[in-house]
Amino acid sequence: MLRMDAPSIVQARRSASRAPQADITLSEVFPEPGAEAAAIGFALTRLGSGAAPVLWIQDRLAQRETGHPFLAGLGLQRPLMVMQLSRPADVMTAVEEGLRCRALAAVIAEIRGNPTAVSFTAMKRLALRAEASGVPCWLIRQAATADLSAARDRWRIATLPSTCNPDDPRAPGDPRWRVELFRSRDKRPGEWVARHERGAANRIHLVTAVPDGALAEDTGAVGQRAAR
Amino acid sequence: MERWRKIQEQWGNAQPDDQPQALAVGGAHGPVVHAVNRVAHLSGVTTGARVVDMRALCPQLRVDYADCEGDRAALERLALWARRWCPWTAADDWTAEVVSGGHGLVLDTTGSDHLWRGETKMLTQMEADLSMLGFSSRLAVAPSWGAAWALARFGPVRAICHDLADLAPLPVVALRLDAETVLLLNRLGLRSIGSLADLPRLSLARRFSRAGPAQNPLIRLDQMTGHLPEPVSPPDMPPVFRADAKLAEPILDPTHHLPSLCAELCGRMAQAHQGARRLRLTVYRTDGEISRIEVACALPSREPAHLAFLFRDRLERINPGFGFDLISLEAPATEPLGLQQVDLAGGSEAGLEISHLVDRLTARFGRTTLAQLRPVASHIPERAEARGAPMIDAPGQTYPVSERPQRLLDHPEEVRVLYAMPEGPPAQFQWRRRGYRVTRYQGPERIAPEWWQDKSGTRLRDYFKVEDEEGHRFWLYREGLQGDGRGGAPRWFLHGIFA
Repeated sequence: MLRMDAPSIVQARRSASRAPQADITLSEVFPEPGAEAAAIGFALTRLGSGAAPVLWIQDRLAQRETGHPFLAGLGLQRPLMVMQLSRPADVMTAVEEGLRCRALAAVIAEIRGNPTAVSFTAMKRLALRAEASGVPCWLIRQAATADLSAARDRWRIATLPSTCNPDDPRAPGDPRWRVELFRSRDKRPGEWVARHERGAANRIHLVTAVPDGALAEDTGAVGQRAAR
Repeated sequence: MERWRKIQEQWGNAQPDDQPQALAVGGAHGPVVHAVNRVAHLSGVTTGARVVDMRALCPQLRVDYADCEGDRAALERLALWARRWCPWTAADDWTAEVVSGGHGLVLDTTGSDHLWRGETKMLTQMEADLSMLGFSSRLAVAPSWGAAWALARFGPVRAICHDLADLAPLPVVALRLDAETVLLLNRLGLRSIGSLADLPRLSLARRFSRAGPAQNPLIRLDQMTGHLPEPVSPPDMPPVFRADAKLAEPILDPTHHLPSLCAELCGRMAQAHQGARRLRLTVYRTDGEISRIEVACALPSREPAHLAFLFRDRLERINPGFGFDLISLEAPATEPLGLQQVDLAGGSEAGLEISHLVDRLTARFGRTTLAQLRPVASHIPERAEARGAPMIDAPGQTYPVSERPQRLLDHPEEVRVLYAMPEGPPAQFQWRRRGYRVTRYQGPERIAPEWWQDKSGTRLRDYFKVEDEEGHRFWLYREGLQGDGRGGAPRWFLHGIFA
C-alpha cells in the first residue's frame, strides 16, 4: 500500500524490522504542549484489538489542565476504567497494582510535571512488572522534561496540520502527528509523521519524516499499519 | 451514676466514696433526683424525689446534672459491645414511661449459652466483664423478654427462670407498666403478678380495654408468659457468617489473627456456597467500646488470601483504644457463589482477576476514585458519559454520529474570540493567555438544551471544531445566539481537545 502524504516525504522509506511494533513493556510518551490528546490517540491505537479493559489513571493536575478521556470521542470497543488520584505517588502505586492483573489490555497513566515519585527506581519497578505480567504500560508525561528513566521506549509526540478533508476543503481532515522515538532499548530510534486514519479502519500510517537518501529504494511500501 | 463517676475520675476530680452524691434532671417543679450513689441511698435519698426535699433530708448531698443523652448513646455502644456474647443484642429504653425501670440491655442468648458452658457460667462471665468496665449489673435469664426484664430488676441475683411460677411473687411494677396503671392495680388489691394472673382474662380485658398496648396489664402479662411474641430487634441485622478469635490478653494489633479468621470464615461460607461482598472486622475493646473497619468486594469472593489482602492497608485505621481481647470477622453481605473451576492451563478467569484488581484499588484509594465510563444517550457532551461502578456490564453502546474530541475539559473554559461574523466561526481566539489563529474549521453543530432537565434560561450551543496553523485541534462552542433574548452577547467556550 502506497501512501504519499506530503511532497517532502515521497522518498521516505519504511522497513518492517525497524518499524516500532506495539510491544509489551513500559513506554513513555512526552507530548508537546497542546498535543495531550494526540498522546491518547497514539497510545490507544497501538494497543491492538481485543475486548480486555483498559485502566486509565490520572493525577489531579493532569485532569485539571487537560481534561479527562471522553468516551464518545475515543470510540473504544472495550471497557474503560478511569481512576483519578490526587498525588503522583498514588498514581505510581495504582499503576503497579494494575500491572499485577493480567486480564487488562493496558495500563495508561498520565502524570503532569516531574514529581519526585516518578523516579528511576519507580520506573524500573513498573518496567519489570509490565514485562513479567505481559501488560503494556504507557506513561504519558505531560509538561515534563525527559530526564533519567527506565522506560524501554521513549516517545515524543507533537501535532501537525491535518490532512485535507475530502468532503469539505475548509474542514480539518485526518489528524497527523510528528512522532519521535528518541530512546529505545531494542528498536532503532527515528522520527515519523503519523496519520491517524479514523473511521472503520482506525489505524495509523507511519512515514519517516526525514528523507534518508542513504537508505536505498529497497522497499516500495511507505505506509505502515497498526490495525486494531 | 457509674458512668458519671468514671468520667469524673478521668477528669481527675473524683469524689470520695463516703460523699453522698446525686444526679438530677429538670422536672416540672424544679430539679428531680435521677440517680444516687450508695451513701446517698443509705441516708434516705430516693430517685424521683425533688432535690430541695432531699437537701433537707441530707444536707451534705452533692448534686450534679445528669447527661441522659450521653447515657443513652453509651448504652447503645454497650449493646454493640455485648455482641461478644451473642449476636442479637439491643438496648431497651423505658425511662420515660416506666416507673422504676432504668436502662437495660436485652440479649437473645438462644443457642449461645453452651458456648459459655451453661447459663449460670454465662451470667457470671457477663457480670465479671461488666464489672471490669466499672459497671454494676443485675442479670437474669428467662424465656421471654418481659420475664427477663422483671427478674433482672425485681428478682434474685443472677436469676434463671425455669418455670413461669417463679414470676408470680414479683410486684406488678415488674410488668413494665406506667405509674398510673400500677397505682390503679394496687388500689384494686393486685400487688403481685401471681394475683393478677389468677383473675379471669375476660374481666381484665374489659377493665383495661382503653389502655394502650404498653399500659395494658393483660398484654404485658401475655408478653411475659410468651403468649404474645416480642422479638428483640437490634439496630442492624446480625450477620450470618462470623468468625471469632478470643484472646487471653488484650492486644493492639490484629494483623496476625487475620489470616486464620479469614480462613475460618471462608470455610463457613464454602459450606453454604456463599461468597462475601462486604466484610467487617470488629474488635471488642477492653474499655467497653467497639471499633470496626469494613471492606467491600466487586464480586463475591471467598478466597482467604484475597480477603486478608483487602484489610492490609486499613488495619492501621482501626482504633484499638487500650487494647482488645476479642476480634470478630463478619460477612454482612453475601451472595451465592458456586464452586469455581480453574482452566486447564492453571490460570484463573479474567473477570475474577479484574474484580480482584478493583477490590485492591478501592480498598486502597477509596470507593469514589475508580469508575468505569459508560455511554449515556444524551447530546449534551458532559452528560454523554456516566461514571459507574466497575465490573457491571454496560448497556448497548450509543455513540453519536458526529465527531467528538478525545479529551473533554471538566468545566468549559471561556475564551476570547475574534470572529468575522457573529454567527460564523472564530478567526482567532485566546485560551490560557495564548493566542491561536484558526486556519480550518468545521461546524457549526448545534446542540439544543435538553428542555426536560435544563433550566428555562439555558442557551443553545454551536460547536466548532477548529484547527490552528500548528495543528492544535480544539472543540469550541458559542453559547447562545445574538438577540435570542436569553442574556447579552454570546460567549465562547473551549470544551475539548481533539487528537
